[in-house]
Amino acid sequence: MDNLLLSLVVNGKPTERQVEPRLLLSDFLRHELGLTGTHVGCEHGVCGACTVQFDGRPVRSCLMLAVQADGHAVTTVEGLSGNRDQLHPLQQAFWEAHGLQCGFCTPGFLMTLVPFLADNPDPSEREIREAISGNLCRCTGYQNIVAAVRLAAERLGSG
Amino acid sequence: MKPPPFKYLAPDSLEQALELMAQYGQEAKLLAGGQSLIPAMNFRVAQPAVLVDLNRITALDYIHTIGDGSLAVGAMTRQRELEFDLQIAERVPLLHECMPHIAHPQIRNRGTLGGSLAHADPAAELPVVAVAASARMRVQSFEGERWVESDQFFQGMFTTALQPGEILVEVAFPPAQARTGWSFLEASRRRGDYAMMGVAAGLSLNAQGICREARLVYMNAGDGPIEARQAAAGLSGQRPGPEAFEQAAAAAQQEIDPLGNVHASVAYQRHLATVLTRRALAIAAERARGNGSTPAVDAA
Repeated sequence: MDNLLLSLVVNGKPTERQVEPRLLLSDFLRHELGLTGTHVGCEHGVCGACTVQFDGRPVRSCLMLAVQADGHAVTTVEGLSGNRDQLHPLQQAFWEAHGLQCGFCTPGFLMTLVPFLADNPDPSEREIREAISGNLCRCTGYQNIVAAVRLAAERLGSG
Repeated sequence: MKPPPFKYLAPDSLEQALELMAQYGQEAKLLAGGQSLIPAMNFRVAQPAVLVDLNRITALDYIHTIGDGSLAVGAMTRQRELEFDLQIAERVPLLHECMPHIAHPQIRNRGTLGGSLAHADPAAELPVVAVAASARMRVQSFEGERWVESDQFFQGMFTTALQPGEILVEVAFPPAQARTGWSFLEASRRRGDYAMMGVAAGLSLNAQGICREARLVYMNAGDGPIEARQAAAGLSGQRPGPEAFEQAAAAAQQEIDPLGNVHASVAYQRHLATVLTRRALAIAAERARGNGSTPAVDAA
């Protein structure tokens, strides 16, 4: 099948590639662009490890074709901080509150939670748990993830 | 876990899409939100030769009132838009109430109303709500247009009245009636999981507070939205209360046919149906007395 030209913005940078229509957005980000922060867990939309932002909204990159991103903006976990020495407040909070162990699920959580906190700057524990219900973690039992979100919310609120 | 090759087409207009669907017929599959189709393609359970992507057609994304007072929703309207829309909250409370139960926010950011209805998963919320709310579906093809009532639209597991070449373009929800209350309840093991059982219940009262008309439609209780017509008819003329609701729940058992699955046995699904029916009717009756004001999203 013929390749198509894909033009999009990734983490603020205009990007162009020729791709097969069947290439998933998750695989495009990882293999074509080398942005391996987006992880692939289940490839059918339930685990949330592949969550990225599409025009600012969290979506499953394993459930989109790369060609569907033509003309749109995608943000991955790599786009959360301007440089590697200065973490996004949410990343900093995850670190300090021990909200990750193996880290496989973490990018998906971050990409889900950044828009969530923007819309809900002072979430209750229940609201946080509902917000993360679409992201699975096998290591932490979610307790410290919730704590990390509360910590980030406090800091972002007072920032 | 990757799709096989296919021809990809992304029309900019509905007219173009209809031409393509006429041209490719059975070979083509429509791509809306992709939250059900793309997993199927990833598993290679679905292997369309041609994929017609509707996501560039912004003209199918709208919510507005039409001539007869119905609320018309474009088929490509994202589930997230439905969830937060004030017109829907006020005028189609059943639709508003089911939205937070559909999968997860990430799914709802891409999933569409039309896509979910056309996919016709018996475990999905939107088909059940469409039937319960007596929605009408506007279907277009290259040849013309037709309307399909929701109770004719769903014809079996993953099967609808859509013929090759046809596209569902709009869903119209009739205007709300006075003294009518609705409730949507589902029981799932975790928030966002497919529900083990769900019900959409509606109750209309007359001026004396007696039930005039009722509606009971079940999710995951058969091969599509299952309407318990006899059970609902049995409520007409009854005073709404625990006794009437108990009778309706028992009657509905004759009309549902849950298939059981790894998460819930048939017996447990039936038990859930009884419990949810009683609760949903009680809530619907309460709302009917208060004229079905905008519901809060319940703690499920």
